[in-house]
Amino acid sequence: MAGLRLDGLSTALLREVDLTLAAGEKVFLSGASGSGKSLLLRAVADLDPHRGEVWLDELPRSRLTPPEWRRRVGLLPAESHWWAETVGEHWGAPATGSPIESLLAALGFDADVSGWAIARLSTGERQRLALARLLLNQPQALLLDEATANLDSVNRERVETVLEDYRAAHAAAMLWVSHDPEQRVRLGGRRLVIRESRLESEP
Amino acid sequence: MNLIALSAGDLALAAGLVLLLAALSWRLCLGVERRVLIAALRSAVQLMLVGLVLKHLFAQANPVLIGLIVLVMWSVAGWEVQSRQKRRYTGPWGYGIGALSLFLSSFSVTLLALLAIIRVEPWYQPRYLIPLLGMLLGNTMSGVAIALDQLTRQAWDARGCIEARLLLGATWEEAIADLRREALRSGLIPIVNAMAAAGLVSLPGMMTGQILAGSPPLEAAKYQLLILFLISGGTGLGAMAAVWVGSRRLFDDRQRLRLDRLTRDRR
Repeated sequence: MAGLRLDGLSTALLREVDLTLAAGEKVFLSGASGSGKSLLLRAVADLDPHRGEVWLDELPRSRLTPPEWRRRVGLLPAESHWWAETVGEHWGAPATGSPIESLLAALGFDADVSGWAIARLSTGERQRLALARLLLNQPQALLLDEATANLDSVNRERVETVLEDYRAAHAAAMLWVSHDPEQRVRLGGRRLVIRESRLESEP
Repeated sequence: MNLIALSAGDLALAAGLVLLLAALSWRLCLGVERRVLIAALRSAVQLMLVGLVLKHLFAQANPVLIGLIVLVMWSVAGWEVQSRQKRRYTGPWGYGIGALSLFLSSFSVTLLALLAIIRVEPWYQPRYLIPLLGMLLGNTMSGVAIALDQLTRQAWDARGCIEARLLLGATWEEAIADLRREALRSGLIPIVNAMAAAGLVSLPGMMTGQILAGSPPLEAAKYQLLILFLISGGTGLGAMAAVWVGSRRLFDDRQRLRLDRLTRDRR
């Protein structure tokens, strides 16, 4: 079944990446700091200039407008950014049928979190809310840049559960940058590593 | 008109004030004495030269010469806009955005004033064209420079937020809408404040000049009003054009934020 396909993608740090993720497939990506993991995700989300094409369910990216593409291929950056004062102002227009309450509950938040002031959130809370914000768009593929890096074990488990449930329910392809070797093994899936500007299978 | 002509001695006395300021700056270690003196010297040389040129220009009304002067004024104003940017646009855009916005605003408003309001015959009569255009370019230049500088600085600082919005499916216009508004507002505030305070806090420069040169105060006030309205219209148009073109240039055809199209911080 079709999923996410990177076709000769070249960034400033990586050359000619060919990678196919089946629908619902999870691929972990690791590599030394500065090896170009984040840049690769940014290129897939079409946030930086680069060469190569990306396909989602046999649809080339160039056929979609950039906003459409980024709604379908959702990138969760390592650091979350917020521009308005309260959490709720960032929800935007959720895709129809997005279960916002159950999603927030699964991430460990009460329903009144929408009224909370951004300035008073901890880094970990922001990270989890950024995931909620992203999933409300109901993307068909997920690009995760250290989605659990700032979380304690309870919340890391919550996020992992939410992501696994989402992947199963939407058959979403998932490219997940993780520095946590234990996590990469525990959650299963294919494991790739960037070595000398090339993608290799992690031994 | 009962104009009291100023002698060189009169001006020298006034220049003494600038010298005093420079001396104070040196004594108090403010470190601006050189800049004060150079600026004062520049203003003296530039204004006397302009006075001389205008004297000849008014006497002849030669269209080619007028065109040349207008071109010089325009290009210097464009250069001034560029030099006031903390982060400029790279390549020809650095100069082009400012110059284009100045052209769209100052020139159209000046033409409107000459053709429809003051109704000068012929419209390019330098006695009206040059001072009007100068007023407009000078003030529009400030508005455009402030608005552009604000836009690029904010875009640089808020790159994370802009990209976060793009990633959630916002169009480039949605992602930069707040910054555009802010930039426009800061470009317009000086002229709005000037209008609100006109006459109460200080008499505007042009009106003062006219009164000192012997015009009836009410006529001077009417001209000053005209100028204020023209300037605010011109500044608004110029700042809008600059912010629109400038923000568009911050994104490419795939709606990616392209801060690499700005130069590095030079200050």
